[in-house]
Amino acid sequence: MVVTLEISAKEAVAEGVVALTLVHPAGARLPDWTPGSHIEVVLPDRTVRHYSLCGSRWDAYTYRVAVLREPYGRGGSALVHDTLRPGDRVGVGGPRNHFPLVPSETYLFIAGGIGITPLLPMVQQAELLGAEWQLLYGGRTRASMAFLEELTAAYGERVHIAPQDEVGLLDLGSWLGAPRLDTKVYCCGPAPLLTAVEAACAHWPAYTLRTERFTAAEQAAPVRDVPFEVELRRTGRVVTVTPDVSVLDAVRSVGVDVLSSCEQGTCGTCLTPVLEGSPDHRDSILADHERVANTCMFPCVSRSLDDRLVLDL
Amino acid sequence: MPGTAELPVCDIDVFSPAALEDPEELHRVLRGAGPVVYLSRYDVRALARHEEVHAALADWQHFESGSGVGLANFRHEEPWRPPSVLLEADPPRHDAPRRVLRDILAPSALRVLRAAWQRAAEELVEQVLTSGTGEFDAFTELACAFPLKVFPDAVGLGPYGRENLLPYGNVAFNSFGPVNDLVRADAHRVAELSAWVNAQCAREALTDDGFGARIWAAADRGDLTRAQAPLVVRSLLTAGVDTTVHGLAACLYAFATHPEQWQRLRERPELARVAFDEAVRWQSPVQTFFRTATTDVTIAGALVPEGTKILMFLGAANRDPDRWDDPDRFDLTRDPSGHVGFGMGIHQCVGQHVARLEAETLLTALAARVEHIELTATPGRHLNNTLRSWASLPVRVHRTR
Repeated sequence: MVVTLEISAKEAVAEGVVALTLVHPAGARLPDWTPGSHIEVVLPDRTVRHYSLCGSRWDAYTYRVAVLREPYGRGGSALVHDTLRPGDRVGVGGPRNHFPLVPSETYLFIAGGIGITPLLPMVQQAELLGAEWQLLYGGRTRASMAFLEELTAAYGERVHIAPQDEVGLLDLGSWLGAPRLDTKVYCCGPAPLLTAVEAACAHWPAYTLRTERFTAAEQAAPVRDVPFEVELRRTGRVVTVTPDVSVLDAVRSVGVDVLSSCEQGTCGTCLTPVLEGSPDHRDSILADHERVANTCMFPCVSRSLDDRLVLDL
Repeated sequence: MPGTAELPVCDIDVFSPAALEDPEELHRVLRGAGPVVYLSRYDVRALARHEEVHAALADWQHFESGSGVGLANFRHEEPWRPPSVLLEADPPRHDAPRRVLRDILAPSALRVLRAAWQRAAEELVEQVLTSGTGEFDAFTELACAFPLKVFPDAVGLGPYGRENLLPYGNVAFNSFGPVNDLVRADAHRVAELSAWVNAQCAREALTDDGFGARIWAAADRGDLTRAQAPLVVRSLLTAGVDTTVHGLAACLYAFATHPEQWQRLRERPELARVAFDEAVRWQSPVQTFFRTATTDVTIAGALVPEGTKILMFLGAANRDPDRWDDPDRFDLTRDPSGHVGFGMGIHQCVGQHVARLEAETLLTALAARVEHIELTATPGRHLNNTLRSWASLPVRVHRTR
């Protein structure tokens, strides 16, 4: 199985922000996720972008992401805004979660602009758990802030809207001045906001503040759209993997068994040692440092960046 | 019960000694009756075909675990112990405990244990082979001895009272069935066993380098609450011992009765992982679990009303001829991927990689030293409401020269 999803809807949700709804082309369930998760989306130029899931996981059949047009970005957001249309298909990896919501009696959520996306399912969850919570949501202008109506209609006074052109920068001093032991602070947004929140929380207890930073520090190589070879060194076989089959299925087609279970990159059963080459990791399991080590992969969903991948099979 | 008129009805007591002793005939009957079968004895609907069991396991949105994964419905029945924060919980409360334990038991986190477990397996095999006549009870000497040696150490349990682990697991897995003779037989021990297990879950009772200590460290970081931490440790102690013991016993039984498969493993020891999963498919150490419908759900045209229980027969699904060729055969050339012996979806056995590592190290050590393994008497089954379990597995082995 190669995880390719179809765009079933695309709508403008704020000035410069579109929301995409993704479904499985055959209507299958999508891999489970938790609030704070992102997926990796392979854009038409074969570059990969990470987008936080901002829909409901009680709907197992759709993912929703929201994408801000970034005029100074690397062009990915422009592709999403200008090129992708309902009916188009995109490769998807993950979901992965580096920003999980941990248990707490009280939460303070701080969103800057498009940083609202991972926090949206978090506030739903906090509400469901009966936690005390507040959302401080800043943005350039009211019109540029996605999901405003949805949030204020559902949660009323728990949501504090702070458009910069109306009230200036977020007043972090008054929100974060006094450390509270029972509170977890979740923040997502542009780098200057994260830096300011980190500074404001410097005197809070350890592990109180949880942030997600969208870094573009290392631009990964574009995803392949041409076949690659997989050498099974112990078996002495070489198999060509075309874009429409998984490495797992390709390996099995030459009679080599690899035990698997979920075939969604979540259970970890098909872990396979990599001897040479760079896998294109699409699983939900490996940490970033494990991914770059290139010593193992999950062939049910992961592929190759290089012409040849050598596996210990 | 409303909406059962059109359903095939089965009046067999699926938790009777006869059914537990030999569930395969029952499984055939249930699979053949239809995709959803009404069990009149217990007033619940049952699934026994792979397609429906797999789908129901994955669909946590419609089939919850928080009302209990046994016959008792926690919506109106008191659980016998504080519910598990993993097995008997749903999102969102299930998320944090699951994430913490998943990371602690991930394949990459277990790598550090491999060498020590390999050594432990080789020592145990050597000791069993050299201390007697070559005839022994493989259930106690290997299937029980190995997990009881390596797993409590990995969790970080103290040396005393480990003999309580299997009886506690037996109680816990019986509790998912009805209150029958199996449950009543141990009723007098529940308080004592629970007290011992609960005491082992405290931070002070655990070594500072095991899975247990890592669970408490997660609580220190706020990834879990301090109230959840001991319950997550308890999940390890409840679900991590009996299951692997009977899974390993299933493997040993399979090889003792299929000598050609043992030869295949000896020729290709790397098949040990596949062998374990094939044995889990073939015997399904965990036979059944229940779920509760969160809303009116339709499965293959049959209504499962909101708040009612469904019983999923994992063992029947794992031998469904619509999913598996020649399903009753234990066969290392088969790809057992996709079996539901570990469950599926968000509640899939979080310790499956631990179980596989135990099996792989033990089977590899045995394959290196044992040419042939055969039964010397009929193995003894132990009856449990949930587990396909063993009492004895008398074997004779021929050592390699």
